Amino acid sequence: MQYILLIYGNETQAKSATKEAQMKMFGEYKVFTEELKGSGKMLGGEPLESVTTATTVRVKDGKTLRTDGPFAETREQLGGFYLIDAKDLDEAVMIAAKVPGAKYGCIEVRPIMKLNGM
Amino acid sequence: MNHASIAALYKTEASSILARMIRVLGGDFALAEEVVQEAFEVALDEWPKSGAPANTRGWLLGTARNKAIDRIRRRSKFEAPLDESVDLAALRTEAEDEPSGVADDLLRLIFTCCHPALAPEAQVALTLRTLCGLTTDEIARAFLVEPKTMAQRLVRAQNKIRVAKIPYVVPERAELGERLEAVMSVVYLVFNEGYAATAGDELVRRELCSEAIRIGRLLESLMPDRSETTALLALMLLHDARRDARLDAEGDLVLLEDQDRMRWERAKIEEGLARVAHALRRGGATPYGVQAAIAALHAEAPRAEDTDWPQIALLYGELARLVPTPVVLLNRAVAVAMHEGAERGLELLAELAAEPDLAGHHLFYAARADLARRLGRESEARRDYARALELCRSVPERRYLERRLAEITREYRR
Repeated sequence: MQYILLIYGNETQAKSATKEAQMKMFGEYKVFTEELKGSGKMLGGEPLESVTTATTVRVKDGKTLRTDGPFAETREQLGGFYLIDAKDLDEAVMIAAKVPGAKYGCIEVRPIMKLNGM
Repeated sequence: MNHASIAALYKTEASSILARMIRVLGGDFALAEEVVQEAFEVALDEWPKSGAPANTRGWLLGTARNKAIDRIRRRSKFEAPLDESVDLAALRTEAEDEPSGVADDLLRLIFTCCHPALAPEAQVALTLRTLCGLTTDEIARAFLVEPKTMAQRLVRAQNKIRVAKIPYVVPERAELGERLEAVMSVVYLVFNEGYAATAGDELVRRELCSEAIRIGRLLESLMPDRSETTALLALMLLHDARRDARLDAEGDLVLLEDQDRMRWERAKIEEGLARVAHALRRGGATPYGVQAAIAALHAEAPRAEDTDWPQIALLYGELARLVPTPVVLLNRAVAVAMHEGAERGLELLAELAAEPDLAGHHLFYAARADLARRLGRESEARRDYARALELCRSVPERRYLERRLAEITREYRR
């Protein structure tokens, strides 16, 4: 069973953190990612650039509309993700709880939809 | 076998048959519910005519299993391919009954219904539906929501269990304590919903209490080494014993001190008292255990004036240490007032007045009004009874406050 762990956090807060704190966070992610890879449960995962670099795209009447930023203004922004293989939701939640970002923001755990015949 | 005895069988066996079918069907609650329902319908149709089989449970499981196989075959022919979690070949043999697995099945069902990944109101609804066999309409009536809303809530919960793959298991040892805590809070919530004197159908609310006690008994028997289950059951039994004495013939609220103690159910009290002692000995001071001990002290007093208030005040102090919620602190102040006097109670309440959770709570003003009344401070009492009335939504409680307010107004004018 595949799940995606969407990592949400307050970008402004993260950016204003001290160099030291940022390095600590980076180190935590490194350890976590190595561990996850080692367990064979990691299928993918990447950190994302800041929401200030995001562009939202919509197609209306055949025309492509671009807007600056994410489509919704929220306190917490999507900052990265892991795609994992877990036995069930309990295991996925156990892994999500170990994502360093869970301590600062939150992790949304979503099952990947299985499509038939695609 | 006639309809009445099949209905009785449904009451006692349906949840454990359902628990087994959900396991066999890889956690598909909706499908399991449908086929168990159908199996009972076939029984209602056939048994009165041709007699019941020797092994009714085995027959029902077998019939439900065959219905499930039919449905899965049809589904895989017309719709999506077979769900990988259901192995048809295994399904044919698995549903054979092994009695040793019944307890395990029921525990899996309880823990899955009360899984923390489900919304609390969904946990409650799912528990009442699958474990207690209440209909969607009955649950909707108990919680004063539209049947349609309740149906959606149940479908969404069952869907999440299947799609997000909430496992149908008893939690690992390391998690068991925390998860059991969640289960017990669902059970106690069901009980309180039935016990609280809020609006709603009295019969349905009575049923909620008896179902909560039934699950409490089940939990205690399934997890005999967890004394907190005994404490919870004791607490519910001791409260429920006073149920009939709480309202008078007009349906008005009767305070604990004014209740006719002859109307308390002795059998439930005895059962509760024995369990309190056992739970405190085995598990020490837990929130349910301490609350049960407080209820026990009330139950043991032959008359209101015999109540052991010093001990109750002490226990509330202990409870406030374990769960320092504003309502617990409020109850502690009231208990202290009974023992050390209303003045001391008012002092403690003054300390609590700043609690944001209490500032909008009718119980706070009602308690303060009662203490002021006892000290003869009519205008203070009147003001607080009026404030409590503004905040209170429960009809019997409102009537009680109105009565008090009218009494004090009469006395004041004299």
